[in-house]
Amino acid sequence: MSYIVLSLAIVGGIGIVAALLLYFVAKRFNVVEDPRIAEVEAILPGANCGGCGLSGCAAFARACCTATSLDGLNCTGLGDKEMAQIAKIVGLAEGTRIRKVAVIRCNAACETRQLVNHFEGIRSCALEHSYYQGESACNFGCLGLGDCVAACPFDAMTFSESDKYPTVDIDKCTGCGKCLEACPRALPKMREVHPGKQLVYVNCSNRNKGPLAMKECEVSCIGCGLCKKKCPSEAITLESFLATIHGDKCISCLECVSVCPRKSIMAEDAPAPLK
Amino acid sequence: MSRQLNISLSPHIHGGMSTQRIMWLVVASLIPALVIAFLTFGVQAIIITVICIGACLLTEWVITHFVMHRPPTLLDGSAMITGILLAFNLPSILPWWMAIVGSVVAIGIGKMSFGGLGCNIWNPALVGRVFLLISFPAAMTTWPEGVGAGARLLVTTGASTHAIDANTGATMLQLMQSQGIGSLDPDYLGMMIGNMNGSLGEVGSFAILAGLVFLLCMRVVTWHIPVAVLGSAAFFSWVFGGNPILDLFAGGLILGACYMATDYVTSPMSHRGQLIFGFFIGFITIIIRRFGSYPEGVSFAILLMNSFVPLINRYCRPQPFGEKQRREMLKKTA
Amino acid sequence: MLKRFKKGGIHPNPMKLTAGRPILATEAPREVRLLLSQHIGAPAKSIVKPGDEVEAGQMVAEAGGFVSAPVHTPIAGKVKKIEQVRDAQGLWKEAILIEAAEPEEGARPERVDFDESHPLRSDEEIERLSGQEIIEIVGQAGIVGLGGAAFPTRVKLTIPQGKKADVFIINGAECEPYLTCDDALMRRYPREIVAGLRYLMKATSAPRALIGIEANKPEAIAALTDAVKDYPEIEVMPLRTAYPQGGEKQLIEALTGRVVPAGGLPIDAGAVVDNVATAFAVYRAVKFGEPLMKRVVTVTGMDVENGGNFIAANGMATDNLIELAGGLPENTGKVIGGGPMMGRAMSTVEAPLTKGSGGILIVPEKESERGAVSPCIRCCRCVSVCPMSLEPYLLQNLGQFGMAEEAREAGVLNCMECGCCSYICPANRPIVDYIRLSKLQIRKLPK
Repeated sequence: MSYIVLSLAIVGGIGIVAALLLYFVAKRFNVVEDPRIAEVEAILPGANCGGCGLSGCAAFARACCTATSLDGLNCTGLGDKEMAQIAKIVGLAEGTRIRKVAVIRCNAACETRQLVNHFEGIRSCALEHSYYQGESACNFGCLGLGDCVAACPFDAMTFSESDKYPTVDIDKCTGCGKCLEACPRALPKMREVHPGKQLVYVNCSNRNKGPLAMKECEVSCIGCGLCKKKCPSEAITLESFLATIHGDKCISCLECVSVCPRKSIMAEDAPAPLK
Repeated sequence: MSRQLNISLSPHIHGGMSTQRIMWLVVASLIPALVIAFLTFGVQAIIITVICIGACLLTEWVITHFVMHRPPTLLDGSAMITGILLAFNLPSILPWWMAIVGSVVAIGIGKMSFGGLGCNIWNPALVGRVFLLISFPAAMTTWPEGVGAGARLLVTTGASTHAIDANTGATMLQLMQSQGIGSLDPDYLGMMIGNMNGSLGEVGSFAILAGLVFLLCMRVVTWHIPVAVLGSAAFFSWVFGGNPILDLFAGGLILGACYMATDYVTSPMSHRGQLIFGFFIGFITIIIRRFGSYPEGVSFAILLMNSFVPLINRYCRPQPFGEKQRREMLKKTA
Repeated sequence: MLKRFKKGGIHPNPMKLTAGRPILATEAPREVRLLLSQHIGAPAKSIVKPGDEVEAGQMVAEAGGFVSAPVHTPIAGKVKKIEQVRDAQGLWKEAILIEAAEPEEGARPERVDFDESHPLRSDEEIERLSGQEIIEIVGQAGIVGLGGAAFPTRVKLTIPQGKKADVFIINGAECEPYLTCDDALMRRYPREIVAGLRYLMKATSAPRALIGIEANKPEAIAALTDAVKDYPEIEVMPLRTAYPQGGEKQLIEALTGRVVPAGGLPIDAGAVVDNVATAFAVYRAVKFGEPLMKRVVTVTGMDVENGGNFIAANGMATDNLIELAGGLPENTGKVIGGGPMMGRAMSTVEAPLTKGSGGILIVPEKESERGAVSPCIRCCRCVSVCPMSLEPYLLQNLGQFGMAEEAREAGVLNCMECGCCSYICPANRPIVDYIRLSKLQIRKLPK
């Protein structure tokens, strides 16, 4: 009997001492952290994509809680509702935000590009780009090994093995820019989304002169300037034989789409708001 | 542009060695030992080997096909080697279903649970064997009667000592442990060519060594691990007052040193690491044999050292070419 | 026992199909495209404009920086334009297009050959040249390392302050399978190579010189041994055949036993290394005032009809040269600029030749594809063949998973991409590809 009591006393005593120790240590080394940070972080997607321009979701949450205005603080992965929630938590007015999505400025699926080589090696656009022009004749176009797809943290890109070409699901895309970072030829472009307006963009990055560009791909931009001439809102500029449509000026009249002789201007419906 | 040229980065030629070729060379080198096992234990040896190979192949196929959804990997020959080596580590009179259990454990747990060929930490065949040894200790240490232990017992009656044949179904190591080394009259030549009791593969030391020579000539293995294991085992056997020749040839040490310890996947990547690895296998084996309760310790020693391989790899990295000179130069300029 | 480098190495099948074939002069091309960037370093700057008449051997582009080299035209004619052309990798590069004038009726076609009839300087004049003057001549002649890397020779010969070259090493190892251009040159012009070497020794004030040749080229060894017998300070050393003997660090170790510090240059071990073809080019430049505008190129391959060693003009289209060797076979799968171990597969055969191209290897279709890749079985072959004592299996994994920081610590930057690990790997893993990827990732890291 006494053994039981003794062992209970010893083990219990150790437990109490340890608990007290823990209590004081926790008290002594307590780090006071804004409880709202955890609340904000819980809303964030947790992909650490860096689309907000900060190093990750925790940094964004901290920035939200210390900021005096939410302008410029924008989690690309969240819908308006969630951002409103965050604004409520931190007690600030909602900042203005413009949703961006990635468009890939190359339309070189297998049937349109002129294949000149067959590349064998590891699946890495970065590697192929640094040694070769790629499998197609175009030095500017998609290499078709899917570095961007592998880099996408939101599962918004799919790779077509038959076409060797990635496509963006713009409903899922948050415009975080990871694909742009991964692409050695900087083909993805983060386009601003204006509700109700169609997304119009030049689906090509070829900067070669017209005749050459024409030879290299069936759907290349040859820099003819027709679209620029027809554009009623001066939203199109032409630089080194490549047209660029500026989203802020574009009124989605689709004049350029119909006039482009190379069918290299695309119009897509504006994406659904993020879930 | 008339034709599409292939482009790829250098090198553009390959030496021609392939995993498959290596594995089948190993299988070929095991054939002499299998013949010796057949001569010693009869057709039972072949039956156990076939059961193990079949069970290993089937397990691998089931796992790759139904669980991992990968193309079958049977043709690379590695499951076949695991099967043969597992069989070589079993007594010939083991019940057939135990052999199957061992094979399933060897491939299923020992290899595929880590991700298949190249990913496992422990030698799959030994995982299977040790599993069986712990689960069915009696069956795993029951040897066929009628096969000599490779030594005769010295019996003292009155004033004279005479030797009697010990063919009661015990291995020499068991006799050594139970009777003491002084009471044995080993038949060295007999045990080297297979006239002794034990697991299928360990009885034909010469056949195993011949297989090793073949593998060395075909540049499949290097000498480092086998020499380190056997050398250190002989040395420590001598240090602890044993008979080095008996320790080398009487149990599974040769088989272990030549085929289990040299398994690519579970051995260190540098020659220096391999020497350390082999040295400790020999050491632990002798420790277990002398001071442990098991008469045989090779499998445990190898599995134990397998666990240390990542550590050995970490501390036995080769020094990059010119690294020493770089440091000297930095010191001089500083 | 012959010497060789100590650590690692492989023994690929030498396949020297064109060994013993003489050096053939070729017909001068009707037009050349001279790339402005043919060497390591800054591209050259064009100093001609469309419409200019140029003489053969005239400089058309000057060095664009310290690490750079001028470019000279091998043919006389008119500068047609400065245009973008695809180089061997398919990338657009700036080049000067020069067209030869229409040949006169019945005139003999111009040949591209090493003409020895009009020396510019006599031996006495050359004796009087100072080291600095020789370096200047070499720089003006646009000479770059002809072993493949095309590093401007003038820069190499300029010994940095506080360093001393006590041995000059001539690389005649030619360890790459298939290639025979250096072998052919050594057999045909041993005396000229030794003369070039003596100018180089003077330029670097190296008191001693070693010529390393692999033992599988006995004719070249005999020819050079004969050529150096009057010069006790120069020694020809046969080497035990192994790849990559021609890597400068390996060659220095094999010949002198010295080890170049990791990340260092040969001069850190007191040595300067140049290729035999470079020594020959230096001889031509000093003796005849001839700039680097032609070189010996091996055209070879299993199914090539008439493989051989040709004197090819810089800027000539690669397919014209292949025509001379019997044309591109029907079953061609891959055309490699350089040897099979370190050469680059060409993306187009229309690309112009450059100073660095020493060989054109034509690989049949069925041999040009890589085999299936299987999992690493950790056989440690890659570790034992690596001449730089690295752990390729580890670097491969680090590259695959984007662990650039760790790869740098594991010494991936020491890798010279000799390809031994990929060559030996039984699982056929593209180890060198991953190592290259790893290097690219490291470049992206913050400094």
